[in-house]
Amino acid sequence: MKVSLFITCLSDAIYPRVGEAMVRLLARYGVKLEFPNVQTCCGQPAFNSGYWKEARTTAKTIIEAFEDCDFVISPSGSCTGMIHHYPKLFEDDAVMHERALRLQSKSYEFTQFLVQVLGVTDVGATFPHKVTYHPSCHGSRLLGVKDEPMALMSNVKGLEFVPLPYADDCCGFGGTFAVKMSDISGAMVTEKVDHVKETEAEVLVGLDMACLMNIGGNLRYRNEPVRVMHLAELLYEGVKQA
Amino acid sequence: MSHAPGHSGGATVKARAELALNNEFLRKAVKFTTERLKNGKLKAMEDHGNWEEWRERGRQIRLHTIAHLDYYLNQFVDNARANGVHVHFADTAQDAVTISLAIAERKSAKSVVKSKSMVSEELHLNQALESIGVEAIETDLGEYIIQLAGEAPSHIIIPAIHKNRYQIADLLSEDAGEKLEADTKVLAGYVRRRLRAKFLEADIGMTGCNFAIAETGSMVLFENEGNARMVTTLPKTQITLMGMERIIPSWADLEVMATLLPRSATGQKLTMYMSGITGPRRSEDADGPDEMHIIIVDNGRSLQLGDPEFQELLNCIRCGACLNACPVYRHIGGHAYGGTYSGPIGAVLTPSLQKNIAEWDDIANASSLCGACYEACPVKIPLHEMLVYLRRRKVEAGHGNKVEGAGMMGFGALLSKSGRFKTVLKLGKLGQKFVARNGEIRLKVGPLKGWNTYRVTPSLPKKSFREQWGTMDAEIREGLKEMAPEMKQRMEQIVKDRTKGGGNGHGHS
Repeated sequence: MKVSLFITCLSDAIYPRVGEAMVRLLARYGVKLEFPNVQTCCGQPAFNSGYWKEARTTAKTIIEAFEDCDFVISPSGSCTGMIHHYPKLFEDDAVMHERALRLQSKSYEFTQFLVQVLGVTDVGATFPHKVTYHPSCHGSRLLGVKDEPMALMSNVKGLEFVPLPYADDCCGFGGTFAVKMSDISGAMVTEKVDHVKETEAEVLVGLDMACLMNIGGNLRYRNEPVRVMHLAELLYEGVKQA
Repeated sequence: MSHAPGHSGGATVKARAELALNNEFLRKAVKFTTERLKNGKLKAMEDHGNWEEWRERGRQIRLHTIAHLDYYLNQFVDNARANGVHVHFADTAQDAVTISLAIAERKSAKSVVKSKSMVSEELHLNQALESIGVEAIETDLGEYIIQLAGEAPSHIIIPAIHKNRYQIADLLSEDAGEKLEADTKVLAGYVRRRLRAKFLEADIGMTGCNFAIAETGSMVLFENEGNARMVTTLPKTQITLMGMERIIPSWADLEVMATLLPRSATGQKLTMYMSGITGPRRSEDADGPDEMHIIIVDNGRSLQLGDPEFQELLNCIRCGACLNACPVYRHIGGHAYGGTYSGPIGAVLTPSLQKNIAEWDDIANASSLCGACYEACPVKIPLHEMLVYLRRRKVEAGHGNKVEGAGMMGFGALLSKSGRFKTVLKLGKLGQKFVARNGEIRLKVGPLKGWNTYRVTPSLPKKSFREQWGTMDAEIREGLKEMAPEMKQRMEQIVKDRTKGGGNGHGHS
């Protein structure tokens, strides 16, 4: 059974610790992740901006990189969601379309894989902190990852969960949106962080480093001491502590 | 298309949004009401208990109707004519205006009382009527307020959503010539008294149309104030403006729509009034117009027919739920969108109705693609996907931003090969030496200006994941334990089910 890691460019370049946490956590279950190093970016920035020709180029690279594995897992609901757009991207190319569908059917976001595939909801972690959770839009709305992270967090010993007010509101990242419509995006992330502050949580956890980079960036800008983590990091840290 | 009055303040969404973002009154008012409506809808969905099933039913009815629009339109028109209605077709906004003005002139009309109609806003009909000396009076409270203010509606169902009650009290006080208390009852009471006289003296009543029932040629109106009922019973002549896609086949289908529309719009089980009108006054009727006209308006709608990416746009029932759910709309309000329709539906509808992507090129960018609109939509229109299609069409038509285009070409080239990606990371690490402090970049120049006005950018760590992989991989291989047999079995089963063609059903399709 070959399980490959789709690291995503953001975690590769800026947050390698997220990838490491995933790899080490899954190794505890005997899952040995492979890392096809020909992989690059899922192509979402180009796709969402309307540059589908460019998006096809990177999509092809990803399809090839993961052709020979049984499962692909990634630390991002958004990038996994992008893989779900690949069939549409290759609508006019029967061969590529078929390959895209195959990749889609075996691609999982990290918590989806842990809960749906491995059947794990309790990793045996201890994390005695006040934690709040931001459900990223693409993961929760478009991929339907809602119950998995909640189940995993509810089984962490010592974790005090504080619901985030207006949790379902977008944080304002939206890829190039944050640059093109920077003031609207700024208003959205400011509001999101206001709500994070209301929870008085020590830790903000999520499943997508792009959103967390956005929210975390505003927290740092405002000198708020909230720690920002991917759920994989929290679980792995909690397992080491237990 | 020219911009509607009240849509001043900048040629771009960005410029108009900036005005709104600096308007605390507007942001507070919009936030307050959209929140109330959104929560009302959530409560109504919960009380209903079977929402997802009805939502799918609604979608199927709309898909079916639009797929056979020619058939149902013909049926509707035949039945309406048999009921004694004068039916007109208007290809363009201008045609619809011409037809309306001709009726007003033939009737020597001095005044027209109107109930809420977004199609009328599309046509800018009030200005046209006034240009031939006919007074047009909006009788929906919200519409009356923005008409006084000389503005356009900023929300599909709550036209004056951007104003608070003090601003409204000022406007109405000016209209009354006396100081009115900023109390909802007082203000609504004033408008009711004032409009009563207008209803009685009007020559023509003009309405929109929520649904048109093909099987009987009837039109159905949903409203809360009773003004539409006055508009359709008192004046001698009635003109109904109807978007050509408003059709549903039968009264049985209306049951589904009547379940979805008020709940999605305001959280109500049903609006205060729901009127079904089948032709002008019959001899045995106590009231109603002697003459009834229905103007069926295309104005860009048929451009969506047969377009697989946009046909579902015609399924919209104009409930406004996507506006109430949209975080962008909440911050910038409706006028920032620059067209008749605002929010996510407006961002797609405005360019689509005009097949004019160049002029409206930035509207589709005013979205983070969060999908809240799709989730809120009672007929499941994938607006978040349509926004991406619009962006793509703009790029493919050669209207893309040149700098962005060059950047994306670079993106495609660099990220098609992992070796090139590694080189980029290396260069990034070199470059950031000049700007990164304590793992952060706070510089507000160049491409980082917009981002760093609200945030701090993390700097690149010493080693990327792929640079750490070799060591990590070796360590893990060494201590790897055997997988539990039941886990292995689960995985094998999933792979097996997948090859059987059943798929594992995870995620969206």
